[in-house]
Amino acid sequence: MMKLDYKIEGGDFTNAGHASSEVKKVLKKLNVDPKITRRVVVSLYEAEVNVVAHAYRGEIFVEISTNKIIIKLVDEGPGIHNVDQAMEEGYSTASEEVRQMGFGAGMGLANINKNTDELNIYSEVNKGTTVEMITYLDKN
Amino acid sequence: MDITTLIKLTNGKLITNTKTEDIDIEFAMASDLMSDVLTLDTVNTMLITGLANLQTIRTAEMSDVHCILLARNKKSTPEMIELAEQNSIIIIESASALFKIAGILYGNGVKALF
Repeated sequence: MMKLDYKIEGGDFTNAGHASSEVKKVLKKLNVDPKITRRVVVSLYEAEVNVVAHAYRGEIFVEISTNKIIIKLVDEGPGIHNVDQAMEEGYSTASEEVRQMGFGAGMGLANINKNTDELNIYSEVNKGTTVEMITYLDKN
Repeated sequence: MDITTLIKLTNGKLITNTKTEDIDIEFAMASDLMSDVLTLDTVNTMLITGLANLQTIRTAEMSDVHCILLARNKKSTPEMIELAEQNSIIIIESASALFKIAGILYGNGVKALF
C-alpha cells in the first residue's frame, strides 16, 4: 500500500490543484487505467478547490492499494450546515473570488458524487469537514 | 483537426512551447465555468474559454484536455504557460470572440459534446 499526504491552505488559489496534480502523476506511474485516474483526480481537484474556497486549512490523505484508492480531505473551517442541501446541484455559498476562478456554481459535490464509488461527508459547524472518497480499481 | 489548421482558422497565436503534432481535436467545449469542464469524459477535446488563470490550466490537466484557446484577447501569464508546458498542454490566444471561434470550428467539423 502507498500512502501520500498533502497540506492545503485556505484561500491559496495559486496552489489549488497541486495535490491533485501530484496524485495524477503517481497514478500514471502505477499504470492505473486513464479513465479511473481521471475520475479520481477530478473528484480530488473539486474537493481540493472546496477546501481552498471554504476552509482555513486542510490535509489530504491518500491510500492507494491494489483494489482501491481511498482519499480523505480533513479541514478546519466553518463546516457545512446542511450536507444534503450542499449536495444539490446549483446550491453554493462560494464568494465572488471563487466564482472568478471559474468555480462556485454549486456543481462540485455533485461532480464528486458522480465520479466516486463511495462518498462520505462528515461535518461539524464551526469546526470542519471531512470528505472521504473511495474508488474501486477492480469494479471499474 | 490538427493544431496548425486550428490556429489558421481562428487567427490564433501559439503561446506555449509544447509539441503540437500529436494533438488531433475532435470535440470542443466553450465555457468559463471550470466545474462544467470537469464533467467531460471524452478524449481529443479542446477548451475554448475567456477565463485566463492558473485554475484554467489545472482544470485542463485533470480533464485530459491538451488544447486551450483563450478568446477575445485574454492573455496567459508566465505561470500559466509554465504549468501548461509541464503538462503537455498547448495554449492558443485569439482576438476573436468566443462565439465566433466556436462558430468557425463547429463549421469546420469540430464536434460539440452535448
